[in-house]
Amino acid sequence: MAKITLSNLAHSYTKNPSSPDDFALKTLDHVWEDGAAYALLGPSGCGKSTLLNIISGLLAPSQGQILFDDNDVTHASTSERNIAQVFQFPVVYDTMTVRQNLAFPLKNRKLSDAYIDARVAEVANMIGMQEFLDNKARGLTADAKQKISLGRGIVREDVNAILFDEPLTVIDPQMKWELRTQLKALHQQLGHTMIYVTHDQTEALTFADKVVVMSDGEVVQVGTPTELFERPAHTFVGFFIGSPGMNVLPATIVGHQATVGNYQIQLNASYKGLAGKTELGIRPEYIELSDDPSGLAIEIHRVEDVGHYKIVRAVHYIDGQSIAINVIVKEGLEISPDMKFLIFDKNKINIYANKWLQDGEALT
Amino acid sequence: MKKTLNQKAWFMVLPVLLLVAFSAVIPLMTVVNYSVQDTFGNNEFFWVGLEWFEEILHSERMHDALSRQALFTSIILLIEIPLGIFVALHMPKNKGFWSSVCLVLVALPLLIPWNVVGTIWQVFGRVDIGLLGHTLASLGVDYNYTQNSTAAWFTIIIMDVWHWTSLVVLLCYAGLQSIPDAYYQAAKIDQASSWDVFRHIQLPKMKGVLLIAILLRFMDSFMIYTEPFVVTGGGPGNATTFLSIDLVKMAIGQFDLGPAAAFSLIYFLGILLVSYVFYTLMVNSEEQD
Repeated sequence: MAKITLSNLAHSYTKNPSSPDDFALKTLDHVWEDGAAYALLGPSGCGKSTLLNIISGLLAPSQGQILFDDNDVTHASTSERNIAQVFQFPVVYDTMTVRQNLAFPLKNRKLSDAYIDARVAEVANMIGMQEFLDNKARGLTADAKQKISLGRGIVREDVNAILFDEPLTVIDPQMKWELRTQLKALHQQLGHTMIYVTHDQTEALTFADKVVVMSDGEVVQVGTPTELFERPAHTFVGFFIGSPGMNVLPATIVGHQATVGNYQIQLNASYKGLAGKTELGIRPEYIELSDDPSGLAIEIHRVEDVGHYKIVRAVHYIDGQSIAINVIVKEGLEISPDMKFLIFDKNKINIYANKWLQDGEALT
Repeated sequence: MKKTLNQKAWFMVLPVLLLVAFSAVIPLMTVVNYSVQDTFGNNEFFWVGLEWFEEILHSERMHDALSRQALFTSIILLIEIPLGIFVALHMPKNKGFWSSVCLVLVALPLLIPWNVVGTIWQVFGRVDIGLLGHTLASLGVDYNYTQNSTAAWFTIIIMDVWHWTSLVVLLCYAGLQSIPDAYYQAAKIDQASSWDVFRHIQLPKMKGVLLIAILLRFMDSFMIYTEPFVVTGGGPGNATTFLSIDLVKMAIGQFDLGPAAAFSLIYFLGILLVSYVFYTLMVNSEEQD
């Protein structure tokens, strides 16, 4: 087990990167604390798999260093780094039995037979495959195969970290919950550093203590699920997390007063010297439908009933342009024709300048 | 569900029926026709029943040709399959200039017509002017494929390996290309040896194409005619007289149409049977996956 430090790390798949766009992974400094569970969250192509492969040693970075504790492992091979990785698709050795599959990484490290037997039994128990130990791996379902992959990932006790590259992509939704819960339990039991790559926010938020959100090869925010939800550091995080994501509206901010169209809001903090495009971010959960004409004037286009709440798809017209706004309202609420206005919860408003979160001075 | 009966649909099958009739059934029937009749010339035929079949099945000549054929097929399979796998494993894995060069080089022998291959090796092996034959002879090796049956076998086998290993290579290469990188990465992480990678990842993933390669090479080598005919003409003596060569000798050389027809049918059914059994095994093993 080890603390993993990435220092000034960047990677480009082109040989001579000239512009920042050539980099799949832009310059990055980050420390993965020992024993924590991280999720690496981002849309497809944001560089998260690149980052994972650099950590596991399957890919050498174009620049920068990787340290395990204090050892530089930038050019060390995967096996020297002593890392386990679970891939997107089940990787099992078809011709072996489940038992042989689980024992394989241990056998290759010349551990004693008695230890291997005991350890395989233990891991089989953890992943719930003890009944199938003597089955050939090839006849199993995708779920079961992926469980074996997971099992091979956790079978070694001394690994520095376990990396998961979207491991639940091929699993049925129902099994996903089960496996994710199992993983979380395994993390608590084993205490390994775990890094879990996914583009699914639910997976990331339920699995991880800390979520690292990436966009376009850049880490935009590292935070707990609550932080990501309440204080997205970048409008991208706001959009990406939550369903529907945060509403980001063009706003004029003067001191502690924000103006969106006809709607004036007294903020909790005052902002000075905001440069560039200023925007106001508010989650659909924190907006209320109202008949109060001082609120933001909207037109409701659609209401989607999700069962335990309703999503209102509304549009605000400003200077001839339309801005879509999503609002989440309680299931019981009757939406009357007068409700053509929105009131924001001012405690939950975030202010962005050039897409990055701004800290205001709290009003006394 | 009630099935709609529409007898007109038979007309839709008619073109295929005609095609198959002219391309396969009718020619085959003429052979069947010869196999149950005998003639003393003048185009007069009379019925002999299954006599020709009995004669052929008990003829030593047929047995010898069959065992030569079986030996030949076994030897070339034993060489070409492992060699093909070996070469495929060592071809450049990533798409690029070198993998294209390799593919073209490997595919070249497959593009050469059978009798040209025969001619190439016939000349190549000649002791007086052939590079191979002359070199071997000057090294003091007793090599003359027109007189020495070991040399003849050696030449024919080398020629077939040269001609057809490429097919196995191409099939295996395609099979190897279909293995996702994650398997190799996982193997690295598991510290698998390169033998383990071959045994537990590459070989199982190549199984499908390998079975096809074996089937194709079996059928093709079992019917081999042109190349040995050009190189050795079946000699020296009968040393390289394989089934097809023997059949042609019988049918056209001796003009024994009846026995030759019976021979053809047995030959045809034999290949069909083995291929069918092989195919069934192949499909079954795929279903297990």
